Amino acid sequence: MEVLTSLGHGFAVAFQPLNLFWCFAGVFLGTVVGVMPGLGPAATIAMLLPLTFNMPPTSAVIMLAGIYYGAKYGGSTTAILLNVPGESASVVTCLDGYQMARNGRAGAALGIAAISSFIAGTVGVIGLMLLAPPLAKFALSFSSPEYFALMAMGLAMVVLLAGDSMIKALLAMLVGLWIASMGIDLFSDASRFTFGQTEMLDGVDFVIVAIGVFALGEVLGNMEKRGEGTMLPVPKGLRNLLPTMAELKACRFAFLNGSIIGFVIGVLPGAGSTIASFISYGVEKAVSKHPEKFGTGVPEGVAAPEGANNSETGGALVPLLTLGIPGSGTTAILLAAFILWGLRPGPLMIQDNPELFWGLVASMYVGNIMLLVLNLPLIPLFAQILKLREYILYPIIFGISVVGVFAVSASLFDCWMLAAFALLGYAMRRLDYPTAPLILGLVLGDSMERALRQSLMMSQGDLGILVSRPISATMLFLAVALLCLPLFRRANTWRLKALEENG
Amino acid sequence: MAQSKWMRGDVVSGAVLAALGAYIISEARGWEYSTQEGPGPGFFPMWYGVAMLVLALVLMVKSAMQPDSGKPVAWSGVARALSVWAVFAIGMGLLKVLGFLLVFALMTLFVVAVMYERPLKVAFAAAIGNAVGFYLLFGLALRLELPVGPLGF
Repeated sequence: MEVLTSLGHGFAVAFQPLNLFWCFAGVFLGTVVGVMPGLGPAATIAMLLPLTFNMPPTSAVIMLAGIYYGAKYGGSTTAILLNVPGESASVVTCLDGYQMARNGRAGAALGIAAISSFIAGTVGVIGLMLLAPPLAKFALSFSSPEYFALMAMGLAMVVLLAGDSMIKALLAMLVGLWIASMGIDLFSDASRFTFGQTEMLDGVDFVIVAIGVFALGEVLGNMEKRGEGTMLPVPKGLRNLLPTMAELKACRFAFLNGSIIGFVIGVLPGAGSTIASFISYGVEKAVSKHPEKFGTGVPEGVAAPEGANNSETGGALVPLLTLGIPGSGTTAILLAAFILWGLRPGPLMIQDNPELFWGLVASMYVGNIMLLVLNLPLIPLFAQILKLREYILYPIIFGISVVGVFAVSASLFDCWMLAAFALLGYAMRRLDYPTAPLILGLVLGDSMERALRQSLMMSQGDLGILVSRPISATMLFLAVALLCLPLFRRANTWRLKALEENG
Repeated sequence: MAQSKWMRGDVVSGAVLAALGAYIISEARGWEYSTQEGPGPGFFPMWYGVAMLVLALVLMVKSAMQPDSGKPVAWSGVARALSVWAVFAIGMGLLKVLGFLLVFALMTLFVVAVMYERPLKVAFAAAIGNAVGFYLLFGLALRLELPVGPLGF
């Protein structure tokens, strides 16, 4: 009852005309930023931070949070239409979203992404509202061994992302781990795999690899054929551009799965929305009645990662607001903003600043509705991009990719690396190596190595620490079970074959 | 004509990855495997390097032992894709000299006129339209920094 009363006060704050305006400005900017590869919410919030110094803190935080979750909505647009992930968590959306676009269901994919984002975003806010204090305590029980086990579970998802060859998927993942370890080793200052280039000391940015391997590799693959027609089919009429009831029905579990996994992983500082989207996709595929169709353009393959990606925002605000712990680059900048406004996020945040906390929670409900209203009518407009001729569209994808990569670091060296990763992406397609495991290895490699080394430091080299703690032991068991899944499937196939032959 | 089993894609890519695995192991041997505080910088690369080497060798052997799939490689398509990539890579090398907008316009011109064999006036219109559109959207509206050459654009 107390929660509802507080939420009522929060809505009173969120519905003030000024706050409504800043909420709309935030979600609109966030959507634009999300569409742009390379320009993420962290950079946008950092750029706009000085403008908020003269604003009331509640309005400012409503706008900056709007950018944060609005970017998650926008990130799926280019992933679905062009196979260019607008931000890191949209990589998984490329897998089925782009295939849906190729099958003439681009509008449906965009609609499912928007609806899933709305549902999961709302679930994330409800979670933030109801579960913030106990979940924050749970997150604090996570130490390095638990993080290592979580990353191991994430890597085990490679089983579910593999195509025809598990060996190739594992090799792609190992290449991802190799790229992740390029740069200065934070524990020892040793520079690893930098080839004598000072530009490599900071490592390789995720955006360069994702855009090169996914977007440009795909474009190069498509350019093998000498064609000049329209690129992808776009059905006529608004009804055909939106998801059908059957598609929405197929996504029921995916909406729920994405919402819950995204929120729980969001609560864990450092885990992030990319791993949340990978895990929710893996779970969705594992429980699906037709896992073999994943990667060919199934709506659940869009709904689950998009949901996880958006629900993660609500989860990530839990440790930030209740413990003062930022779990990602974006929440770290939000923390800096809080401190600049004279606020101190922590256990007393809700008690000391109820107007701000509940105003933010209520504004996120309002912002999610604004995003749905803003995004659904734009679907027919976005889908028109696919009507462009190949010879116009492909150079535009090259251009957007270069702008996106250059926007991250203003480094020409990164543009050269983009060319190298484009070739890698094309070679992987040509040789039937799945690309998603490479991205998985790249995303998790650095955190996994850090967690493993910290765990072994804690235990003075004893690997037993990884299995002696209940949470990490459970997650490692799940990881091993996932890795053994193909063996079980193969054994089952042999058994059925033997039964057929005998019967 | 049957392809030599040692020239199959999986065998060649397996060999490249095995070489990469061996390189990772040799580099990792140069860093400390373990220190007084715990694992050193060579610990993690050593393990995934070994895994890569072993898996790549398994892939090579498995592929060499399988019968030929009989699927011919469309080398003309590969040549088309690689020529676009080569132009893109050269363009990235020329960004410092020519600037983004000119490189982007030239790249569009190449794709439209050479790869898709469209008339030159269509190619020029597409090249100029793309470059102007990008300048208006990213340079002016979004104020994003684009690589600029000595010519000032």
